[in-house]
Amino acid sequence: MSERVTISRAARLTPRLAVNVVVLFILALVPVYAMLSGDSFAMTLFTRVLILALAALSLNLIMGFGGMVSFGHAAYLGIGGYAVGILAKEGIGSGFVQWPAAIAASALYALIVGALSLRTRGVYFIMITLAFAQMVYYVAIGLDRYGGDDGLTIYKRSRFGDIVDLNNKTFFYYLCFALLLAGIYLTWRLVNSRFGLVIQGARSNERRMRAIGFPTYRYKLVCFVIAGAMCGLAGALLANHTDFISPAMMHWTRSGDLMVMAVLGGMPAMFGPLIGALTFLLLEEGLSRITDYPNLILGPMLLMVAIYVHGGIDGLIGSMRRG
Amino acid sequence: MADPLLEVVGLTKRFGGVVASDAISLTLMPGELHAIIGPNGAGKTTLIGQLTGETAPDSGRIRFAGRDITALPVYRRSRFGLARSFQISSLFPEFTALDNVALAVQAHSGHSFRFWGNARREAALREPARAALGRVGLAERDGMLVADLSHGERRALEIAMALATAPRMVLLDEPMAGMGPEESSRLVETLRRLKSSVTILLIEHDMDAVFALADRISVLVDGRIIASGAPAAIRTDVAVRQAYLGESEGAMHD
Repeated sequence: MSERVTISRAARLTPRLAVNVVVLFILALVPVYAMLSGDSFAMTLFTRVLILALAALSLNLIMGFGGMVSFGHAAYLGIGGYAVGILAKEGIGSGFVQWPAAIAASALYALIVGALSLRTRGVYFIMITLAFAQMVYYVAIGLDRYGGDDGLTIYKRSRFGDIVDLNNKTFFYYLCFALLLAGIYLTWRLVNSRFGLVIQGARSNERRMRAIGFPTYRYKLVCFVIAGAMCGLAGALLANHTDFISPAMMHWTRSGDLMVMAVLGGMPAMFGPLIGALTFLLLEEGLSRITDYPNLILGPMLLMVAIYVHGGIDGLIGSMRRG
Repeated sequence: MADPLLEVVGLTKRFGGVVASDAISLTLMPGELHAIIGPNGAGKTTLIGQLTGETAPDSGRIRFAGRDITALPVYRRSRFGLARSFQISSLFPEFTALDNVALAVQAHSGHSFRFWGNARREAALREPARAALGRVGLAERDGMLVADLSHGERRALEIAMALATAPRMVLLDEPMAGMGPEESSRLVETLRRLKSSVTILLIEHDMDAVFALADRISVLVDGRIIASGAPAAIRTDVAVRQAYLGESEGAMHD
């Protein structure tokens, strides 16, 4: 029973806490391992894990806590990434401009999508968020100046004065790590605040929320915008990580991946998105080494988790008893 | 005589060819407990929907505390002091009993665009919520998840949530629904205690409860109020007895 009210509980040494601590510990040591072993691919892979975990965290905020099943979340990654790429191409290399632009553009997009989609429910909501994402995808394909279908190479990463160099892979890794942790902390504060309880209440029983006096629409819309902004930042990171943007990063299957990460990790657990992103990307990578058809194994595995494991990996860990 | 708290005039709602509310007029004085009874299909649900704002009437006006609320959305009516409970318990099952009520308190303590502080540690939300739980006899159940409460406790929690908003009037939609005799009589006692402090519009099937509690009773049949008056007058009303004989013989005996 206590597992279901985790968020309000003070930390005790539970299996969940132990797993979270171990995961964070391992993530903190990845650059050390990479340096000692010379395995630069590990850095690339785990940086990607951190960035997509931030994106999945943002999805978890609206889907896990808010019950808003947004099926077009990769669009925010894309918009954040394109904001960086387009500004870089136009000669504006400062990260102080690029990153706020990425966040603002995603937030604005979230405001528009949310304002329309949040008036609908269930499958209509899902379809509208997907339709918008597809629209953005095709707009990106149409941007000939920025590479169209082929995408655009970013020759210079965002610059933050002289002190900070994003080309330093170790530094960039820890920056992503710090931003992810900040995101998790922020989300944790948010969902337990007055605002967060309104969002969770609206997921649980929106009719009752209105009956006790909450104009739920505006709260959900603000939540949607916050999540959009967070994912826009992830997009800016992703563009800097890959030095490349293309419409492919907003393909609807990418949105599906983010959803899988959120569900696999366990909603609405605080560390669920990170664990989901980690598991998903490592599995994808590992399976693609042993077979040409990784999805043939990954697919059924995800299906099993969805059917049999309530609350994803986090739920699985949470249900483990001492001994 | 004081101004009525709730004044419904000529409220009409049609669904296709069916007239669910047929020029309903109704007044509620401050401090009274007014019960609405009626056989199944009389249009009670439609009436509640219009009073709470979930259903828009085709014509007619609703005045509440001196203000026309006919066109106000649900949440604005609640803000204005019109609280309700639901016939089928409508709670937040993943939350504790106290969380449920605290959310109702929160709805009436300014806007909720507060993103940082832990709302579960705010005494300004928790204390009034605790008090509301106490008023319905749930003080000991504050930390329990709704999912683990008994049916009767959930019914009481429904009422606590309505009370927690410090309403001018509470609309109780069949609060005894699905209760055993013992639970019912306990709830009757709870409502009797509440009567003095809040105006109540009670929609209820349980005749014993209605006649034990109500100051006035209105009888709704086929979308129309066919009688309205003190319990003693309603009990002997010929039209009322006829309306009820068809549905459940002896329901009015007592």
